[in-house]
This record gives sequence, structure tokens and C-alpha cells, in this order.
Amino acid sequence: MSRRPYVRKVERSWWLKHPRYISYMIRELTSLFVGLYCALLTVGLVRLSQGHAAWDGFVAAISSPLGVAFQAVCLVFAIYHSVTWFALTPKAMPLTVKGEPVPGIAIVGAHYVAWAAVSAVVLIAAGM
Amino acid sequence: MARSNKPLLWLPFAGGGLVAALLTPVLILITGVLVPLGVIHLRYETIAAFAHHPLPRLILFGAVALPAWHAAHRLRMTAHDLGLGGGIAIKAACYGAAALVILAAAVALIAT
Repeated sequence: MSRRPYVRKVERSWWLKHPRYISYMIRELTSLFVGLYCALLTVGLVRLSQGHAAWDGFVAAISSPLGVAFQAVCLVFAIYHSVTWFALTPKAMPLTVKGEPVPGIAIVGAHYVAWAAVSAVVLIAAGM
Repeated sequence: MARSNKPLLWLPFAGGGLVAALLTPVLILITGVLVPLGVIHLRYETIAAFAHHPLPRLILFGAVALPAWHAAHRLRMTAHDLGLGGGIAIKAACYGAAALVILAAAVALIAT
């Protein structure tokens, strides 16, 4: 059985050819920093399970200049993820109420309200 | 009709995207800005006690596991967009790294 499917060549740099493609790539790249931050949180959970001294070491590490710089980059990408994710919600899950489509701005707005609420609850729980 | 495993990949992906959007920025704000500035103190006793209760433990796990899965799936798709992947290597790297993070978080939370 000989089967030779046609595979179209993809140029690695295609996304540099239009500003929209570049912003798409930046949007997708946010997931790298979200993932790296999850890994950092996991290190924190592992250090927590190892006891007091290990946890204090972790807190010192995330407070170090390198830790702060890394997390600052993560924060910028994480916020960019939030904004672009919310912007997509009316397209990804359009809602209808009593046969009428819910305007996109209402769906996006509800997500921003939820974002503010979740952030406030977490900050209060963390002792702000 | 052939059954697809896509929904099983997609549900945690979408859930992870939402958790990452709603929760991750404030977590980074705490660990990366407010703790280094000394505005918030993450004391061992407080955090360990928090992680000991079932519901907070589940929340902590979800805060790590769902965005980690989301990131893995999305990075794999982005690799595909860049003409990489198709093969098993990218899949193994993305999902393997996420599985490692998720497993380590689960074990650490159970051990705390």
C-alpha cells in the first residue's frame, strides 16, 4: 500500500508577515508564561510539603530580584491572556436569552466583573 | 459515527483558560509583587493550615493543574502553527511537562 499524502510546506516565519499574525503569536505565547508560572507554583507546593525552612526558602526565592523579574514578565503575559481570553468569549460561546442574542459587550463585561471579584476575594483571603 | 476524544482534551483546556484568566494574574500579583514588597506575608503556618483543608486544597490544585493543562495544549497547537510537531516529540514534551507539574502538585498537596 503506497500512500503519499501531500504535506504543504510551512514557512517558520509566516507569522512575521502581518501585524495581526504577530499579535496572534504573542497571544498564543502567553500560555508559555502561564505554564512556567504554574511550574513555579508547583515548586512552592512541594516546598510547602517539605516544612517550614523549605517554605521560607521558597518565599525568599520569589522575593529575590530574579524571582521578581521573572514574575513581572509572567504578570504582563497573564494579563494579556485575560484580556484576549475575555475578548474571545462572545465568539467562543455566544449566548441567547429567550431567543434573543446577548450582546457581546455584556458577555465580555460579565467576565471583567468576575475577574475583579475573584481578584478581590483572593487578595482579602491572602491578608490584604 | 466515530467517537472523538476531542471534548476530553477541550473541556479542561477551556476551563484552564478561564482559570488562568480569572485567577493567575492576582496570584502573580501576590507572589511576585505584594510578597516581595512586604505588603502580604505568606507565613508557613497560615499557608500549611490553608492547604490542609479539603476545599482550599482542591482550589490550590485547580489553580495549578487547569492552567498547566491549558498551557500544554495551547503550546502544542502553537508548535503546530510554527510547522513543528505532528510527531510524538512535541506532544510528549507538552503533555509530559504538564503531567509532571500536575502530578507533583497533587503529591505535594496530599503530603502537606
